[in-house]
Amino acid sequence: MLVVPLFGLIIVLYALPVINILWLGVSEPELGIQNYKLLFTKSSLVKILWTTIRVCLITTLCSVVIGYLIAYSMVHLVGREQNWMLTLVLISFWISVLVRAFSWLTLLGRNGLLNAALVSSGLSEEPINMIRNEFGVLIGMIHYMVPYAVLPLLANMQGIDHRIMDASRSLGAGSLQTFLKIYLPLTKPGVIASSLLVFIISLGFYVTPALLGGGRVLMVAEYVSVQILITVQWGLAAMLATLLLSGVFALLYIMSRFMKIGEIFGARP
Amino acid sequence: MKKRNSLGWNFIRGFTWAGLAFLVLPTLIAVPVSLTPKRYLSMPTGEISMRHYTNLFSSAEWMSSIGQSAIIAIFSSLIATVLGTLCAIGLWRISSRVSEVIRGILLLPLIIPPIISAMAFYRIWVKLGLLDSYSGMIIAHAILAAPIVLITVSASLANFDLRLEQASCNLGASIGTTLRRVVLPSIKPGIWAGAIFAFILSWDEIVVALFIAKFRIMTLPRRMWDGIRENTDPTVAASAVVLVLVTISALTIYTIMTKHVRMQGSLVQEENS
Repeated sequence: MLVVPLFGLIIVLYALPVINILWLGVSEPELGIQNYKLLFTKSSLVKILWTTIRVCLITTLCSVVIGYLIAYSMVHLVGREQNWMLTLVLISFWISVLVRAFSWLTLLGRNGLLNAALVSSGLSEEPINMIRNEFGVLIGMIHYMVPYAVLPLLANMQGIDHRIMDASRSLGAGSLQTFLKIYLPLTKPGVIASSLLVFIISLGFYVTPALLGGGRVLMVAEYVSVQILITVQWGLAAMLATLLLSGVFALLYIMSRFMKIGEIFGARP
Repeated sequence: MKKRNSLGWNFIRGFTWAGLAFLVLPTLIAVPVSLTPKRYLSMPTGEISMRHYTNLFSSAEWMSSIGQSAIIAIFSSLIATVLGTLCAIGLWRISSRVSEVIRGILLLPLIIPPIISAMAFYRIWVKLGLLDSYSGMIIAHAILAAPIVLITVSASLANFDLRLEQASCNLGASIGTTLRRVVLPSIKPGIWAGAIFAFILSWDEIVVALFIAKFRIMTLPRRMWDGIRENTDPTVAASAVVLVLVTISALTIYTIMTKHVRMQGSLVQEENS
């Protein structure tokens, strides 16, 4: 009985409307798969999908490398330094995506602070374009995603018995060898989980590419919003939304094979 | 550990701090920029000025946006907290295969990319006449935030002994009394966490707002979005500082509340022992 109010609300005002969107992909402007055929005839669509996947892959790679470094240091430190690191990661986790985009625009823009400093110090003759291109989008997205990469890695690394590494070293292996042959394989589940998490969230990213890409780095979410709010092509937008959603669910399914997703979301084991 | 003083380890530690600086420092840039005495986005050189804050707080438009965002965040987090908590308790009591499927469905708003949620809300809000209205924004944000409450309350419930509830019922308390006096007090930290997270989610939500709010409703993030696109007026920097300060205050309240509850809990345990 207690479940009914929220369940009803989500089914009627959320789940069914989402299904309706998926349905629009094959029914708008007329019944059929004409929207999906566009994938083969409209080269701009393929370019957008490719840009999305490329940006998401680079974002994932960089975020997980930085996240691994931070998580590794955190589990190997104790006391105050560790607390400070965790606080900084959590603060960064909660900072609004809009405020981040504003900050990067202010810092990296053509008339931004970094360019002003570069030109006035003579390091560069004219301002460098650091935003309104893929570089800017990547900086913004990696900046947003690192905390998401850190948290699963941290959980994984905290569960590792550090006596194993001591054993490896006492048996004569060097630090680097121990890391590569023992530690890295042990953290593989964490690396996979955090990569998938970051990739899944990146796929649907809208705000950062729209603001830092300045219309030149078109990713799926921004293109969908243009189709709805400006050119009003619901069929095309719904088709892309369906692709996006299928991608997200496929990756979630893969993720569920590496870890118990239910436990992350608070199910009873 | 002998490794703590080695060169390699200090190298890693240095890079970690550099990474953390990359995460946090750039977002602080709004603070000095909001204090510039000039009319355009710049760092203050020498003197600082509060003019952009005066501007922000005396502008009818910005103030109405702040007010609207606050109203929407308060009501949507309230609804999300009540429905999410009840639902978490309900699922916890029936706990079966079916309840896990239901839980999966309830988590959809958290899993589905915001752009798709925005499309779905837009379509149905047009039909229901909820576009560009307080109720439309509040319901949409409540739906997006309820899964977070469900997660935090479920986590609290996982540590709660089911037999306590049974004991209370066996001793003659009604289900309502049991919920109010036995279950709810012990899952308070989870409810607080959910409420605060729901508030923050609504307070800085932008993607859905872009689709379902236009003229009558112009939330703070929505107005900032326009300001950022023009990217000239330092008032946006001041509004960014205000936005973050509210978020940080909410997180501080959360820390204080959960600490308080935990202390109460440990006191009770001491008294009992």
